Amino acid sequence: MPHRESLRRLAARLASREVSSVELTRHFLARIAKHGAALNSFITIDEEKSLEQAKAADAKIARGEAGPLTGIPLAHKDLFCAKGWLTTCGSKILENFVAPYDAHVIERFNAAGAVILGKTNMDEFAMGSSNENSHFGPVRNPWDTAAVPGGSSGGSAASVAAGLAPAATGTDTGGSIRQPASFTGVCGIRPTYGRVSRYGMVAFASSLDQGGALARSAEDLAIVLSTMAGHDARDSTSADRPVDDYVGALARGVKGLRIGMPREYFTGDLAPDVAKPIRAALDEFQRLGAKLVEVSLPNQALCVPAYYVIAPAEASSNLARFDGVRYGYRAPDYADLNDMYRKTRAQGFGAEVKRRIMIGTYVLSHGYYDAYYVKAQKIRRLIADDFAKAFGECDLIMGPAAPSVAFDLGARTKDPVQMYLDDLYTIPINLAGLPGMSIPCGFGDRGRPVGLQVVGNYFEEARMLAAGHAYQQATDWHTRRPAAFDKA
Amino acid sequence: MNWEIVIGLETHAQLTTASKIFSGASTKFGAAPNVQASAVDLALPGTLPVLNKGAVERAIRFGLAVGGRIAPRSTFERKNYFYPDLPKGYQISQYVEPVVAGGTLTIVVGNAQKTVRLTRAHLEEDAGKSLHEDFHGATGIDLNRAGTPLLEIVSEPDMRSAAEAVAYARALHSLVRWIGICDGNMQEGSFRCDANVSVRRPGEPLGTRCEIKNLNSFRFLEKAIEYEVRRQAELIEDGGKVVQETRLFDPDRGETRSMRSKEDAHDYRYFPDPDLLPLEITKAWIDEVRRTMPPLPDAMRREFEAKGVTAYDAHLLTETREKAEFYASTLKTTSADPVSVAHWVNGEVSALANTTASGFESLPITAPAFARLQDRIHDATISGKGAKEVLLAMAAGEGDADSIIEKRGLRQISDAGALETAIDAVLAAQPRLVEDYRAGKQKAFNALVGQVMKATQGKANPVQVNEILARRLAATA
Repeated sequence: MPHRESLRRLAARLASREVSSVELTRHFLARIAKHGAALNSFITIDEEKSLEQAKAADAKIARGEAGPLTGIPLAHKDLFCAKGWLTTCGSKILENFVAPYDAHVIERFNAAGAVILGKTNMDEFAMGSSNENSHFGPVRNPWDTAAVPGGSSGGSAASVAAGLAPAATGTDTGGSIRQPASFTGVCGIRPTYGRVSRYGMVAFASSLDQGGALARSAEDLAIVLSTMAGHDARDSTSADRPVDDYVGALARGVKGLRIGMPREYFTGDLAPDVAKPIRAALDEFQRLGAKLVEVSLPNQALCVPAYYVIAPAEASSNLARFDGVRYGYRAPDYADLNDMYRKTRAQGFGAEVKRRIMIGTYVLSHGYYDAYYVKAQKIRRLIADDFAKAFGECDLIMGPAAPSVAFDLGARTKDPVQMYLDDLYTIPINLAGLPGMSIPCGFGDRGRPVGLQVVGNYFEEARMLAAGHAYQQATDWHTRRPAAFDKA
Repeated sequence: MNWEIVIGLETHAQLTTASKIFSGASTKFGAAPNVQASAVDLALPGTLPVLNKGAVERAIRFGLAVGGRIAPRSTFERKNYFYPDLPKGYQISQYVEPVVAGGTLTIVVGNAQKTVRLTRAHLEEDAGKSLHEDFHGATGIDLNRAGTPLLEIVSEPDMRSAAEAVAYARALHSLVRWIGICDGNMQEGSFRCDANVSVRRPGEPLGTRCEIKNLNSFRFLEKAIEYEVRRQAELIEDGGKVVQETRLFDPDRGETRSMRSKEDAHDYRYFPDPDLLPLEITKAWIDEVRRTMPPLPDAMRREFEAKGVTAYDAHLLTETREKAEFYASTLKTTSADPVSVAHWVNGEVSALANTTASGFESLPITAPAFARLQDRIHDATISGKGAKEVLLAMAAGEGDADSIIEKRGLRQISDAGALETAIDAVLAAQPRLVEDYRAGKQKAFNALVGQVMKATQGKANPVQVNEILARRLAATA
């Protein structure tokens, strides 16, 4: 069954012409048609466009020009601009926006011959941790459709977990790949800041955003990331640095690897049903030859407040362009310019987006800038320094990706701040610009998945993926699938 | 009622890069609306700025030309506000640390020279254009201009009169064109000045200032300042207080008036643009730019003055780089005296150059050819009047000075003997004029000169004629 197979297996079957890209794409489109409504994980499907790409991929394969992703259908978070595709960012204000150009990442996938399967649902403008903030309705967790899949890349995570797509792209500003990966039992990687070009990736918080991937295994992540990563002159923050051979480095193993366990992570905030699988995973690494060391991240408690000053500040500026003038939604009735602005943005943005724009505007405003924004940036430096020091004592840092398993839909919507506080494990990584990955390591209460977060030093994705791969050779958590979606 | 006037100028100079400061779209003037606005300029979702190095290089050139300090590290900040001609909802500018700090500009007003200090110069992007008149009940937005690189040059409030402000604006205009960073076309909006004006009693602290916008000619700049000074003085004398505000100049009425009041003073919420890296300018880069800089107006002026040219004339000669280079090149190959060459360049040649928009850049006479003409004046082959005719003929493409002199028979008679003969003949033929001259009528002398010129078909060397005639008349007194 194609939806159970790894990318390597699918590529092999395509190369041997056992299956065509058109057939493969139809298979996933059929699954989306059947299960999509239950999860609401896609915003846009365009069968014609996908199959056209699949045909071209088949021709490429026939010519012997196939690469590891040629002919493979991939789902893309709906903030990657894809030419000719509706690109909504989960928002009403872009509900009619058809992107006239391809994001750098999409260009790379197209060049590799991959097929765009569809655009996945997400928290509006990537602001959220549950995918309940989408204009197009919430996404549901395939393990328990009463639960959230996490966010903001909830649509991508749910699609991969339910086998509606073999892999998907996501973005991670405060944990939006790692946390949904954890909640849905899939693998997700957010690379080092600057590793993946942000050109064409609609901005939420420019100094924190990074594009990444969700898939069923560390190996699959390595394959997808290899295509996404690399320098792009159109993004001034793009790292001009060669991409490591992630796939080639997978078999490295973990013998002698020092794994840092921050003492600040294993406190009362961590639910016992999460702590257990996490500790078991760490024990497994030890069995595989790694060494566990305790490290400290003393400023851990400051990361959520600092993030929720910096991210909204940048967002308030990045989202100013959505004003109804040149594209997107414009309020149908208005008296004058200011009225048009007010109505367009009041009607076009959801509540969480408006909340963050107001916070961001406030912390940048005259008289508050130094006390909030500048102070938060200083704290950011301290957090980065904490990690630098910790990486002097270990090679990878591991711990939970989230303080609990997936919560029920509607359980946290009354208290946004509570939701913000739950980002405590993922946020520091974004503030420091480090790479982070989440891989499934078991289940917690009510049979909901638990994810182990793996953090590396700058540009250490290869080491992280190798560690994940070693763990996945010895365990099978990453092979578990939600029964409700497992049949054809 | 003794008022001291205090003026500072803010100038926006569009830089001469082929593409925009943060995108690859063209900066060419005059295209149909919105054809020169790329995805980045339109602020489409997901687009990002990339800095144009040519804009930075021009800023470095400016910093070197005014003797300012070029920041080894400066940042770009976002200036946030909403307006339809500002697609991103923010302008990328520099706030905390500009690329150039300090520097000075020398201005000449009448016979006096003065140094105006600059506060800073920074890089930023221009906004698009709002067209209010051409659409019924709506405004058209043309984003061709959005993203054009600007250098915002801010002076200290060192100017004390409208004349000084205009002199500064002219000098700055000349300088940016001289070093090739801006074409200075005020009609097209490449060079825009805003004036900050206040008045105070001598010895008192600075008064409240008003900013005057919409000044797209030197004349308007002068008129606006004069009006504003009068307005403020009268207001204070009547017991009122000047309100800090932005005012627009109305050229039809010659008045400034308050802009439609904006709701609140803008809080631009400046913060460093996270999409751009800090701008680092190494000493090596500055040295490289310095190497490619042309000699600057001040240096050339000093050179000319050292040759005996007056400060006033030297200032005129360095109006543009092309004119100064024309003069300097001429001097290289002529035996004529620098001062008379200067008068010719500032006079007849400038008149010729000013008949075209491109001036000295497209002068149909080369400096070496002009040098030959100067030689012929110097060695008295032709008279000044004859030389004017030759100049025009040269400009019309009739050939070089020597061939024109021959063809048109403009060679003047300088042979003393021949002139004496002609003069004696005229004296003999005009006894009445001689008598009038002896009687004290100076006009008779001129008439005698006129007769000599007539007798020689205008070819007599007028200087020599005057000299010899005077001697002859004195001798026979």
